[in-house]
Amino acid sequence: MDVEGLLILVKSLPALLQATLVNLGLLLGLISLGFVVGVPIALLQVYGPAPLRGLALAWEGFFRGVPALVLLILFAYLPPKLGWGLEPFTAAVLALGCRSSAYQSQIFRGAIQAIPQGQMLAARALGMSRWLAVRSIILPQALRLAIPGWSNEFSSVIKDTTLASAIGVVEVFKRASFIYQRYYELAMPAYLTVALIFLILTYGGNWLLGRLERRLAVPGFQLRGADARTQAQAQAQAQARASTPAEVAR
Amino acid sequence: MSDVVLRVEDLHKRYGREEVLRGVSFTVRRGEVKVILGPSGTGKSTLLRCITRLTEPDRGRVWLEDVEVTGRGVDLNRVRASIGFVFQDFNLFTHLTALDNVRIGLLKVKKLPKDRATRIAMEQLERVGLAHKAAAYPAELSGGQQQRVAIARALAMQPKLMLFDEPTSALDPELTGEVLDVMTQLARDGMTMVVVSHEVGFARAAADELIFMEGGRIVEQGPPEALFTRPQHPRTAQFLKKITALYEGGGALKDER
Repeated sequence: MDVEGLLILVKSLPALLQATLVNLGLLLGLISLGFVVGVPIALLQVYGPAPLRGLALAWEGFFRGVPALVLLILFAYLPPKLGWGLEPFTAAVLALGCRSSAYQSQIFRGAIQAIPQGQMLAARALGMSRWLAVRSIILPQALRLAIPGWSNEFSSVIKDTTLASAIGVVEVFKRASFIYQRYYELAMPAYLTVALIFLILTYGGNWLLGRLERRLAVPGFQLRGADARTQAQAQAQAQARASTPAEVAR
Repeated sequence: MSDVVLRVEDLHKRYGREEVLRGVSFTVRRGEVKVILGPSGTGKSTLLRCITRLTEPDRGRVWLEDVEVTGRGVDLNRVRASIGFVFQDFNLFTHLTALDNVRIGLLKVKKLPKDRATRIAMEQLERVGLAHKAAAYPAELSGGQQQRVAIARALAMQPKLMLFDEPTSALDPELTGEVLDVMTQLARDGMTMVVVSHEVGFARAAADELIFMEGGRIVEQGPPEALFTRPQHPRTAQFLKKITALYEGGGALKDER
């Protein structure tokens, strides 16, 4: 790459950054949708009555089992056929959001099931309904436990936003390919720039999530290093002691 | 209104092939303290859980004052809110401070305004000697302190009855004493209590009646001294002799006798 090439790249940088905003928009939309749908899916899988639990399992199975590109194409081309025109951006948010909801649901389900049964039992013994106990005791604990796993999902879906280019969303990857189509020799530098943008975004996002995790930390309640091990042991012992099956009726 | 707070009639519970409760009946009057003891696996914890239907009994009936807990259409949450339950492993809410643990039932279940809930919660923490630990999280408290907070949490609901499920068996002998002291004081204050425990010292000092259970049935019941000195049933004699040897040294209250 010569000086001229570098100049072209620098000149197209604003366009690339602007296109990155589209990725951030996609990210915000899909991860929020994934959260809002994922939490109920997790709750239904753990606490739901049989038919709803089955439905939640089917949802999760479908959206985890189908490739993201196939989902994008389904959401982009199927609704218009049924007379429901969707912007490519909206279609991408829906497709990737539903997919993320399946993955997020498993993060939350794991976290919910990691909460010792005694917490629910104590809440019910106080006179809380099951739903109140879930809201005020189980979820506040489970969401804290879920942050590390959720950071992982965040790092994954932020990069998946580039897939939206496949259904015509002009985001940063697509924008970079415009450069490459005009200036063949700039392909590598252009895509490396995209790589750098995502490195910074992913790193920055994880840093923020790390801060959030520390901010919400409760003494003795983080699953981390030696702490996590001793806590897990203590829980295993406590469960071994409570030999009677703990079923919470109604 | 009669002064019977709790009436348990012919409770049965089975887990698969194992029959854990085979027809247990007893009554508890206001202000009475009953201590249930017996070998492990004889259904003592299941019995307590069946009383509030945290575990659903297969058969039998339970009344709390004049409300049939096992009746159809009963407001179970309301019943449970008026029965304090203290667990073997404390089960404090790990993400809440001591104060919030005691306050949460008042706020969310009884829907009291925050200032009143806080006042009641602080009074109860004071009562168990832990007002100075109000801001501490469970992980920052010793086992004995956690159990005392758990007792305060139950007391804050102003229960008609307190159920204790082996409240000291997860504790070191050193920490057992502070919990038993709180429970003894409660008994003196006139709280109606059903306690599953092997603490001989506590049983002798605070119980109005001992209930000896084995194999899902009540084998024998009566005043503590009668049971300890002239048990009618050979199994009672055998068991009490064994736990007396085991626990006599550990109880905090042995000096009082």
